[in-house]
Amino acid sequence: MVVLQAESETSSINMIYGGASCGKKVMTSSSSPGISLMCEGISYIAGAELPCVVVDVMRGGPGLGTIQPSQSDYNQIVKGGGHGDYHNIVLAPASAQDMYDFVDWGFELAFKYRNPVVILADGIIGQMMEKVEMHEMKPRRTAEEILKVAPWATTGKPATRERNIITSLSLDADIQEKFNRKLKNKYEVIEENEVKFSEYMTDDAEYVFVAFGCSSRICEAVVDELRSEGIRAGLLRPITLWPFPFSEISGLAKKCRSMMSIELNLGQMVHDVRLAANGECPVGFYGRQGGNIYTPEEIVGEFKKFNGLE
Amino acid sequence: MRRTTDDMTNLSSKKMKEEIIIAGFGGQGVLSMGKILAYSAIMQDMEVTWMPSYGPEMRGGTANVCVILSDKKIGSPIVTKYDTAIILNQQSMDKFEQTVKPGGWLVYDPSGITRHPSRTDINICRIDAIEGAARIGNSKVYNMVVLGGFLAVKPIVSLENVEKGLGKSIPARYSSLIPMNKAAIEDGMKHVEIVNRI
Repeated sequence: MVVLQAESETSSINMIYGGASCGKKVMTSSSSPGISLMCEGISYIAGAELPCVVVDVMRGGPGLGTIQPSQSDYNQIVKGGGHGDYHNIVLAPASAQDMYDFVDWGFELAFKYRNPVVILADGIIGQMMEKVEMHEMKPRRTAEEILKVAPWATTGKPATRERNIITSLSLDADIQEKFNRKLKNKYEVIEENEVKFSEYMTDDAEYVFVAFGCSSRICEAVVDELRSEGIRAGLLRPITLWPFPFSEISGLAKKCRSMMSIELNLGQMVHDVRLAANGECPVGFYGRQGGNIYTPEEIVGEFKKFNGLE
Repeated sequence: MRRTTDDMTNLSSKKMKEEIIIAGFGGQGVLSMGKILAYSAIMQDMEVTWMPSYGPEMRGGTANVCVILSDKKIGSPIVTKYDTAIILNQQSMDKFEQTVKPGGWLVYDPSGITRHPSRTDINICRIDAIEGAARIGNSKVYNMVVLGGFLAVKPIVSLENVEKGLGKSIPARYSSLIPMNKAAIEDGMKHVEIVNRI
């Protein structure tokens, strides 16, 4: 492993562009404002169809905002971030173990689809320590292995093939449109195959919470509390934010009385939850901002208010 | 990954969960005490979370860390009521005395405390850790004397596992300091003073 501190985020993401072009496993990380600076590069990487992993540990914004935890970059990262029609694959860790495991999983997805993967964490997951089970470290890929997993990479042109060209520029309208449609096909395959989520007591749930990252852990405590009061609550935690578990949420919406999206922002993922629920049940929202974090008791109170159970 | 209502039986049969807040000034070793406690619990095969209060406080002001030790997977790493509060300055006493669950423990160092805890529905003990550290002859083991005081009233991890935990959290080049830290813990265990027992 080589660790390098770049002089700026713009530089860092463009180093990633270069490293990925050579078929190497490359990753970078920052928290929210730094990621904003990287978004141009991420768009180019998506346009050049290169694999990489970017870790975003979200802090409160807009602007410099605060250094405290937040989940307010959902829209930015899940819906794009940079310009152009593209998707990041977005993974949402909820524990230190996830932070460890998702890097390997992220690289697997990034190379499988030649697409940037963002691990979208938050200040709680970033600061917390807990038990992590480590697996054996994978050895660095040899030059032969890189040729095999990344035959598109710029590894030096042999006489046996044409030049590999890494670019996101295409000035011919028809060629660019063809490329956009090729991306669309790839995104459909990802949506079909890579959705990941976990469910907690949703099997008989009358009320379903939807929460990702640290909020999903806090909502587990909320579900436990409501269950102890005899209220059948459950939790769906999207593990991939893109692709989003639309059909699973849609299925639950048909069975439950109401849903609530719990996020450390002003209400971003809730729009996707509402799309998925498609009017089958009411969808509420509760959030905190500015680095404040909700307690399970606070969410229980908001839940009862929303559902008229006070 | 799907956990269902069957898991409720597991939830209700949970044996042990200890939610602890450790609070004081930056520099008193609050965060490292929490870290050593967490490592010790891992040595005992428990689940742990260590969640510091961070931000501007980290640079000189008050510092606190929430440590949760449990036999089961830990849900929320954020709680507002604690089984034990370990309090090392007045600001933290003002902030956390009321957050101890009834029947829980409040462990505090009386030096620098002007308003002593007044609750009667919790167990209270004091540990003069400045004195303890002076007995050991190194002010840096202050936090380990406090940890000893806590372990005397809540023997949640064995001394053997604490020693292993120290080995994990103290860098190898300082491993010669482990015996002194252990002595400080034992000193704290010996000198803790129960103020209120319910």
